[in-house]
Amino acid sequence: MNGLIPLNLSSLTGRKYWRSLNQLADSPEFRQWVEREFPEGASELLDNGSRRTLLKLMAAGFGLAGLTACRRPVEKILPLSKGVEGYVHGRPLHYATAVASCGIGTGLIIECNDGRPTKVEGNPRHPFSLGATNAFQQAMVLDLYDPDRARQVQKKGVKSSWQEFEAWWKETEATLGDGSGLRILSARTASPSLDALKAEIAKKYPQSAWIEFDAVNSDRIVEGLRLAFGQPLVPHYRFDQADVVVALDCDFLGIDTLTPQPVKQFAARRRPQEGRELNRLYAIESNFTVTGAMADHRLRARASDIGAIALALARELNVSGAELKVLDSGNDRQKKFIAAVAKDLAARRGRCLVVAGPRQPAEVHALVALINQALGNNGQTVSYTRPPFTPADSLAEVGRLAADLAAGRVRTLVVLGGNPVFTLPADHNWAELFRKTTVVALTADENETWKAATWQLPEAHPFESWGDVRALDGTASIQQPQIQPLWGGRSALEIAALLAGRAQRRGYDIVRGYWTAQWGADAEKKWQQALYEGVIEGTRFPAVDAKADAPRVFAAVQSALKPAPAGIETVFYPSWSTFDGRFANNAWLHETPDPMTKLVWDNAALLSPATARRLGVKDGDVLELAAGGRAVRCPAMVLPGHADDSISLQLGYGRSACGRVGRGVGHRIEGLRAAANFWFGPAEVRRTGSTYALVTTQEHHTLIEPITGLKRHNIVEEYTVEEYRRRAAHGGHESHHPTDLFPEFDYSKGYQWGMAIDLNACIGCNACMVACTAENNIPVVGKEQVARGREMHWIRLDRYFSGEEEDPQAVMQPMACVHCEKAPCESVCPVAATAHSPEGINEMAYNRCVGTRYCLNNCPYKVRRFNFLNWNKDIPEVRKMVFNPDVTVRMRGVMEKCNYCVQRIEEKRSQAKAEGRRPIRDGEVLTACQQACPADAIVFGNINDPESRVSKLKREARDYSVLEELNTKPRTTYLARLRNPNPELV
Amino acid sequence: MADLAIDPRMELNPPLVQGGMNYADVTEKISTIVEGRPPKQWYIAMGIAVPLALLLFACLGYLVATGIGVWGNNSPVGWGWDITNFVWWIGIGHAGTLISAILFLFRQKWRTSINRAAEAMTLFAVACAAIYPLFHTGRPWRAAYWLFPLPNEFLHMWQNFRSPLMWDVFAVSTYGTVSALFWFVGLIPDLATLRDRATTPLRKKIYGLLSLGWRGSATQWRHYELAYLLLAGLSTPLVLSVHSIVSFDFATSLLPGWHTTIFPPYFVAGAVFSGFAMVVTLMTLARWIYGLENLITMKHLENMCKVMLATGMIVGFAYGTEFFIAWYSANQYERFIFLNRAFGPYAWAYWSMIACNVIAPQFFWFKRFRTSVPAMFILSIFINIGMWFERFVIIATSLHRDFLPSSWGYFRPTWVDIGTYAGTFGLFLTLFLLFLRFLPSIAISEVKGVLHQQVSAAHGGSH
Repeated sequence: MNGLIPLNLSSLTGRKYWRSLNQLADSPEFRQWVEREFPEGASELLDNGSRRTLLKLMAAGFGLAGLTACRRPVEKILPLSKGVEGYVHGRPLHYATAVASCGIGTGLIIECNDGRPTKVEGNPRHPFSLGATNAFQQAMVLDLYDPDRARQVQKKGVKSSWQEFEAWWKETEATLGDGSGLRILSARTASPSLDALKAEIAKKYPQSAWIEFDAVNSDRIVEGLRLAFGQPLVPHYRFDQADVVVALDCDFLGIDTLTPQPVKQFAARRRPQEGRELNRLYAIESNFTVTGAMADHRLRARASDIGAIALALARELNVSGAELKVLDSGNDRQKKFIAAVAKDLAARRGRCLVVAGPRQPAEVHALVALINQALGNNGQTVSYTRPPFTPADSLAEVGRLAADLAAGRVRTLVVLGGNPVFTLPADHNWAELFRKTTVVALTADENETWKAATWQLPEAHPFESWGDVRALDGTASIQQPQIQPLWGGRSALEIAALLAGRAQRRGYDIVRGYWTAQWGADAEKKWQQALYEGVIEGTRFPAVDAKADAPRVFAAVQSALKPAPAGIETVFYPSWSTFDGRFANNAWLHETPDPMTKLVWDNAALLSPATARRLGVKDGDVLELAAGGRAVRCPAMVLPGHADDSISLQLGYGRSACGRVGRGVGHRIEGLRAAANFWFGPAEVRRTGSTYALVTTQEHHTLIEPITGLKRHNIVEEYTVEEYRRRAAHGGHESHHPTDLFPEFDYSKGYQWGMAIDLNACIGCNACMVACTAENNIPVVGKEQVARGREMHWIRLDRYFSGEEEDPQAVMQPMACVHCEKAPCESVCPVAATAHSPEGINEMAYNRCVGTRYCLNNCPYKVRRFNFLNWNKDIPEVRKMVFNPDVTVRMRGVMEKCNYCVQRIEEKRSQAKAEGRRPIRDGEVLTACQQACPADAIVFGNINDPESRVSKLKREARDYSVLEELNTKPRTTYLARLRNPNPELV
Repeated sequence: MADLAIDPRMELNPPLVQGGMNYADVTEKISTIVEGRPPKQWYIAMGIAVPLALLLFACLGYLVATGIGVWGNNSPVGWGWDITNFVWWIGIGHAGTLISAILFLFRQKWRTSINRAAEAMTLFAVACAAIYPLFHTGRPWRAAYWLFPLPNEFLHMWQNFRSPLMWDVFAVSTYGTVSALFWFVGLIPDLATLRDRATTPLRKKIYGLLSLGWRGSATQWRHYELAYLLLAGLSTPLVLSVHSIVSFDFATSLLPGWHTTIFPPYFVAGAVFSGFAMVVTLMTLARWIYGLENLITMKHLENMCKVMLATGMIVGFAYGTEFFIAWYSANQYERFIFLNRAFGPYAWAYWSMIACNVIAPQFFWFKRFRTSVPAMFILSIFINIGMWFERFVIIATSLHRDFLPSSWGYFRPTWVDIGTYAGTFGLFLTLFLLFLRFLPSIAISEVKGVLHQQVSAAHGGSH
């Protein structure tokens, strides 16, 4: 009942009800288990002459006991009556795993409650997670329980089965011959086991082709480094070692990083109290990204102008030694900016870094590699390894695939994962092309590709299937399932094994087999170790000590460099909610606003205020964008700080074949995205005259009051490093509390919880918001209710612009309940439903609340959230499995808000008590937002302990309370945002 | 009547009851309203009021079944039309007790012909108001009794007596109870009159029961007068306290625009202002429907216009003071919230309020307007609207842009907001019309007292 239940929902059609999950779990394994009476292996003990087996099992048992017993030793995921050692009912178990996105893996730890994965955390042992996660990883668990996932093997929409599919494949296999009619299309993968299978398939069908395509990929980076170094490489940056970072159209803190690692590194240089010099970030970009918001200096430039800027920078740094031909396109401001940047970089040779984003052409990446080399950064702040994926020019490959499909050369097309019909370049009508052949599509949901396929196969979620993934530096991890496939799906790995003609086609066997072969002796121990730690020792690729070939790069750059065409260009970005459309049915992500625009449940054509004025466009005006004879429609949204004559578009919206959540949400702009303008290119813009309602969670975007024009102080404190040093020298910030009517809070005993949020580290990446949603069962209210101001997030990210409209700075401020000691909410509640705990937490008693909303009115921070309607109504049964059992699901009519993850405090308290009544250690209790935060911007702990991290931060000179003059005495204080300006640019 | 016109004393001090009515005329005139068939206008009015009252119940049912989300309330505007309407109705309820109790204590004889209806209005307005504190809660089925210190499963847990909402509960319920008692005590002699005049056994029985065995003996009158005086004394501080406490809901918060010490007197003045406006609205109508020109005379109406002028000036002064203090405090948030009221997204509401509450009553400086029934009817409607806007402006504009600009919002009512508000009018009118139909809408015994004095003082008349 409580265990890892082999659910099999695939046999269901229509709505069925079950009394227990076991009844529902009608898999052959389960039936067999019922019949067997004893667990697998146990009945063998009764056989005569199996003393050896007994000894083997005992040895295995001892081996397992040595490891923390949360590993499952066998592939079967079985009910807990079979015993997970150390399992205590009601307490979660944690398992390490890893997931890949666009061919790059991140290690995760999954919290499972009674066999249900409910929460995703980062794996501290994994070099690209370091314990943190991003918003997408946090939201993956919701996708697992998405009731709209693909559930049933179908042939052209008619119910079928895996057996029938396998039988069909056996027949087809015989006709494939050398595989000249076979094409396999998958997302970019970084799986050693799958690579082995790919090799087998290539051997079996030498004329076949395996094409990898992702709507968001790093092809151009790899290609650029191939140009520079003569071999395909990927860069590894050490932002923690760089005093000066220059980002060229590179949102390396935001949407351009697939892992938390760069943010972790960068944030390490944002804490001046730790003694290290504050870094300085220059961002040159067209869209206003979170990296731009973190930048000390930011230059707006169109994506197509970045190449010229990089070249100007190279010349300024005298990289080539020879005179470089540079386009004279920049204005004076730009020239001054480049000169100052170059000077700053040159002053910090070996301690600086120039990075370029994946949208930029290969030549720019080659040039950047050259600049870094010239600055002596190689081996210091940047190193290179071979890529963990198979490098290829995926645009050229899919072009060839289209030609083959059109010419009828493809007899069988196997699509392994993803949604290519939606994401492939718009040069071809892929749905049409797919109809020309037999398409076998393994997809996670009934998406556009599924609709176009002959064989429609449900794909297992990464939390349901075995696999292995490599991180960017090659570090391999085992992807271990947390639950049996809910709908009987299979993984790409398993289908690949079928294609390869392997007899052993279960994911576990494939992965285990691959690694056992790698390890040879000692394989069992290493396997257990890999599962336990979530990383496989010694799999990291060695750094390649390569030297960039400057003449070749310059030749390529000079020939590729053309003046950017005048007029408007469009740039494509992955979306913060759907990424490339893969999360389109994920309500958590849709409801989490875009960090810069604060837009929810939509994408928009972002443009600068000047361009909007020139085009006569207001927020919500629907634009028609046309390029290469293709046109799409998208509502406009004005983003201060956006480059002029440039429009930023977000991928992954307007899905036509999608689940209930994502169908028709936003506008599909992939129809504009051909191979020629895959990342950016010129476009025609036309106003259609119609308007569309865009909904944001923040309607006023600055700290400047309208009407008076005055700035509001005491909300965001922001000053320069010099100012900080001055304050730190003077013993910091003086706070004066006037007298109170009510007695002071008693600090004399026990834990006193408090929090410090570092605005200088927070990049505004939304990870905390989604983590909090997952941890605290926060409901989703939908676009219409967000428009009414009824979103439910306990922690939100306030984003304020400052400075001039065309070229503003931005600052992010995470805002959750600050747990005032003199809480304005507490004194006004007539039924005392919100009150202080002895440990200083402002607690909500949901079952006492009658919902007067007076507390909401009186909260100066507006962090209280009211259940205006029953947000948890009509939730499908399977979706309920995502709920955290430690947190109440709130009913309508009651108020709720952040409670410092009190359930996590209690869990650690009970653990500490069980371990000999020891005190809770500092850093033992992590709030969900803190744990997810890749920037370590949130620190929580006992402020009664002067040695705790949070206490130390609160003594910092940068510490301040938001709206301090109200004398609410918040327990959450903030550390001021610092700017490290270059004196030459001030 | 011709004599009256030439008598100089009459010019200075016209009688409270006109048309040369005697005791019998008074009894006859008022009692026949209750005893006879109501006029056509009554049925028309009921035809409007009852469906509206039903709309109220439908809206409340929908609200309770679905959640507060059917209204336009949101974050940051946690209170919208609900508390606006609550304060507005409570304000309306002020004039009744003020007229009955305070004017009684000050021996303002002119009150007699309007006090009964004004008191009834108070009660019905309080009933309408009381709907909102209950139904604006997210869980009214709990709020209905958790807000009272009643024995229940949470007996070990007291209410939070620091909360002004708690004070509100006691203030409003006390006010409602005392007003009802005061009204009922005043009714007893008249109910006995109706009992004595009753022709059907059912009427006799009901009015007999309600008149509590009134015989009109001197002892009974003596006790009655004393009880009435005591209740008047008890009601008087309540008139001041209830709206002061309602204003504490706002004044004790820390929200700019709410957090201000001027609120108690300002709210009381506003309540009297709106209460009198509503009395004028209803009295001019009742006077017209039932032809009560001789009982509700121009003097009554003019006096009420004067009260409206005076309280309107107080309210206008308070608006000015608020702005002055906001500037004088040098508090940025205070300054902003008031400028935002006047020039922000809700400027339309603010200037509507100023136009209705500050400018409209200025017409009452002129006797021509004070003595013109259509003019005062229209102006009283303006004042009613203006006072609604005052509450809306205080609540919505203070909430919609408070401390953190990230959380600013806007409030838009839904059809349920509008339906609920319209519905309270239905309930109010239904109750008021039933009152007109079944109870003496003018205090017969009290008018008789005034009649005697004035007629003898006037020395003239037709007999």
